Amino acid sequence: MTTTTYDGHAEEKNYLNAKPGIWSWLTTLDHKRIGVMYLISILFAFFLGGMLALLVRTELLTPGKTIVDADTYNQLFTLHGAIMIFLFIIPGIPAAIGNFVLPLMLGAKDVAFPRLNLLSWYLWITGAVFAIVSMVVGAVDTGWTFYTPYSTQTSTQVINMTMGVFILGFSSIFTGLNFVVTIHKLRPAGMTWWRMPLMLWGLYATAIIQVLATPVLGITLLLLVAERALGVGIFDPSLGGDPLLYQHFFWFYSHPAVYIMILPAMGVISELISVHSRKTIFGYHAIALSSVAIAAFSFIVWGHHMFTAMSPMGNMIFSALTFSVSIPSAVKTFNWLATLYRGHIRLNAPMLYALAFIFLFGIGGLTGLFLGALATDIHLHDTYFIVAHFHYVMFGGTVIAFLGGIHHWWPKMFGRMYNENLARIACLLIFLGFNFTFFTQFILGTMGMPRRYYDYIDTFATLHQFSTMGSYIMAVGFFLTAGYLIHSLVAGERAVENPWGAATLEWRTASPPIEHNFHETPDANYPYDYSVNRYNPETGNYDYIGPSRVDDHGHAVGFHGAESTT
Amino acid sequence: MSDHSDHPSYLGHHYDTVEQQFDSGKLGMWLFLATEILLFAGLFCAYAIYRKNHPEVFIYAHQFLDKNLGGINTLVLITSSFTMAMAVRMAQLGKKQATAGLLALTLLGGVGFLGIKAVEYEHKWKHGLLWGTKYRDQDAEHGTPGEHGGEHGTEGETAPGEHSLRLSLPGVEIAHAAEDAGHGAAGNEATSGEAAANGTEHAADGTEHSASGDATMSEGAAAEGAQMDASADESGEPAPIVGGEAMPHSGLAKGASQPQGMAAPAEAGEGHGTGHKPSNVHIFFGIYFLMTGLHGLHVIAGMGAISWVLIRTLRGDFSAEYSTPVDLVGLYWHLVDLVWIYLFPLLYLIH
Repeated sequence: MTTTTYDGHAEEKNYLNAKPGIWSWLTTLDHKRIGVMYLISILFAFFLGGMLALLVRTELLTPGKTIVDADTYNQLFTLHGAIMIFLFIIPGIPAAIGNFVLPLMLGAKDVAFPRLNLLSWYLWITGAVFAIVSMVVGAVDTGWTFYTPYSTQTSTQVINMTMGVFILGFSSIFTGLNFVVTIHKLRPAGMTWWRMPLMLWGLYATAIIQVLATPVLGITLLLLVAERALGVGIFDPSLGGDPLLYQHFFWFYSHPAVYIMILPAMGVISELISVHSRKTIFGYHAIALSSVAIAAFSFIVWGHHMFTAMSPMGNMIFSALTFSVSIPSAVKTFNWLATLYRGHIRLNAPMLYALAFIFLFGIGGLTGLFLGALATDIHLHDTYFIVAHFHYVMFGGTVIAFLGGIHHWWPKMFGRMYNENLARIACLLIFLGFNFTFFTQFILGTMGMPRRYYDYIDTFATLHQFSTMGSYIMAVGFFLTAGYLIHSLVAGERAVENPWGAATLEWRTASPPIEHNFHETPDANYPYDYSVNRYNPETGNYDYIGPSRVDDHGHAVGFHGAESTT
Repeated sequence: MSDHSDHPSYLGHHYDTVEQQFDSGKLGMWLFLATEILLFAGLFCAYAIYRKNHPEVFIYAHQFLDKNLGGINTLVLITSSFTMAMAVRMAQLGKKQATAGLLALTLLGGVGFLGIKAVEYEHKWKHGLLWGTKYRDQDAEHGTPGEHGGEHGTEGETAPGEHSLRLSLPGVEIAHAAEDAGHGAAGNEATSGEAAANGTEHAADGTEHSASGDATMSEGAAAEGAQMDASADESGEPAPIVGGEAMPHSGLAKGASQPQGMAAPAEAGEGHGTGHKPSNVHIFFGIYFLMTGLHGLHVIAGMGAISWVLIRTLRGDFSAEYSTPVDLVGLYWHLVDLVWIYLFPLLYLIH
């Protein structure tokens, strides 16, 4: 570990303790600190949204009233959706994990615009304050989509909430803009496009969507605010407006937003699968380009949210386009599976999450085809089938990948190892609880249980109770996770520079990294060439030995695929 | 930030070279401009959809906009874009005084634009030419124009130019009154003249319909002319029309060929049943105020940015080696200009 003795000090300052005091954090321009602040913030939002979800599920434990009345129930599921989507999932991987790892993976010192980066965090906080204030003074009950004309009529705090989301949108735009410029302009010499880790390809594709789609949400929400505050009438049929136009505008953003949520998750999974099966990624170029392809497709499928309100021709076109998204998604899935084949799979927490992702995202993606098909959609739309489908994609996909990513980069972020066994148990609890909760909802949906209903017939009671029990199991898993992660911060074993033997650049600096990331800009190698490391049994670290192709110790490293170099 | 002695103070610690920093800033600003265009794109979409669905509303309502003021504002903004471009050049050459002067001129252009815009807004505000629920129906406001449509039904074939003079008694009087008042008013001639022209043509069109007993027409232009006259009468101002000076106009064919109004029967104050202006005119004004309002906010933001680089210029932050912020603010100002160049014809110059 040469880096720790670089200036002759035994213990070098890292980014966490380089400058003391809360003020140094609140004014920091360091992408790593901003990433950590984002992480804490979004985890708070995740906790809030999760509590709301538990209340929703508890209410549904019995038909009729269980704990809250119907109006409160409407507010609960609206806030659960709005908070989870706008405050947690969208910024989740890009702003928290992405902010931390992107410059490190690139070999850069920071993102292109550090001040803009900090501004984006403050915008997130501002947006969150708006959203939480609206919860306190009169929680929105429109559903997270704020559909007109109801959203222009309800007496709840729609303006407050939509202004919050508008501000969050700009936070997201600034993050995306920063990432695009960083990847274009701050790649050091040697870090060519085809040496970028797939995480960065995922973040790059995400950032493009963030920049190009979010402004449309911005103007849509401004129009909604203008509608409510001024009575403009663009979406109000009684004033000659068109409420369906709102849905077109909204989904023109919000469908790409689904890919803002899933693409970085796919980037994370590409890293986890390769690193923890100790094998170079299969189909590097295909995975990289399929991210860009998904980003491109994402802009032309929004109509499938309005199959029941468009012309048959429009429906058919959007249905076909929707199916076509499955091609790049399947490209990724099969490449991950091929990567696992004959790999040296480590069943640690990051890998378990990655495997869970493939399984759950597979179900989520394939059930999307049921909904993209016009005939079945007529039966399934607005039922629990939809709810289950998007939870399989959003939770089974993004949140699971987020958790995997957190475990994978935890040693780098905080310099501590978590308790691996507890992590495995928690992963299992979350995985089982999730499937209990949401697979049940596929069945409920096909039986005809409509989404967002407060009450239901007795026939559905058993399945609803099963689903609610699943959500409690998940909650236990999450509290366990929170417990051992917090514990690791104070009592965890110190992490070495490269505990996983990964070949991407963030593992070539100390754990946690120094303030300026690297003492010298590291030479970029092909990011999945594991022969650059050699395991050191004394320290537990994978020492970097350079891109030598010769493995003289017979270690299980350096498995070169056909495309292992540029 | 940086300990490196070869790092100039204006170079961020995470950049290797000034060029890299400049390129990053440029790319970032272009991306930001792309997001701004997409922000406006929603409104342009709304504009396109409503204009496609309800062309008669746009043709009718745009007459209330002042082409002269809009045109002057276009010139003001283009000029300010020019001074901005010059300021960028001067900044690149390191000429501090020239840069500051040109930036100040640009700022002045922004002030002028907003001033003229304020005059236009104020005028519309006074006449209730507003959006959605705030729109004051011109009929309901100003007397009872409803009957005019039927009164001169036999004049349907008259040439539009003569038409307004041959309107039944109230109309003629009003037209003349308006003419008198109109000449004293601030720069409204062109708009008003044209408005009147359209009005009278529509009147001719409408009377034709009523002559043939078509009581359900939705185009309803007869009352339009009349009601505009009436409005002039009541307020004693030219409002958007100045009678009498009407000239033959291609708008006739268009107006006549697109009789499908939104025809919401429930519109309060419009249920005269005698054919009049299209319903839901406020949709146009809603879009007008949203688009120009959002653009106005961007003008203000741009002026803020210009003031900031002006201060920095005067403070001596820039040199021939480093003037990136001036460059970037210049790009932003050109976008503000560009958006207006689309807004002006789309809103003011409708045929």
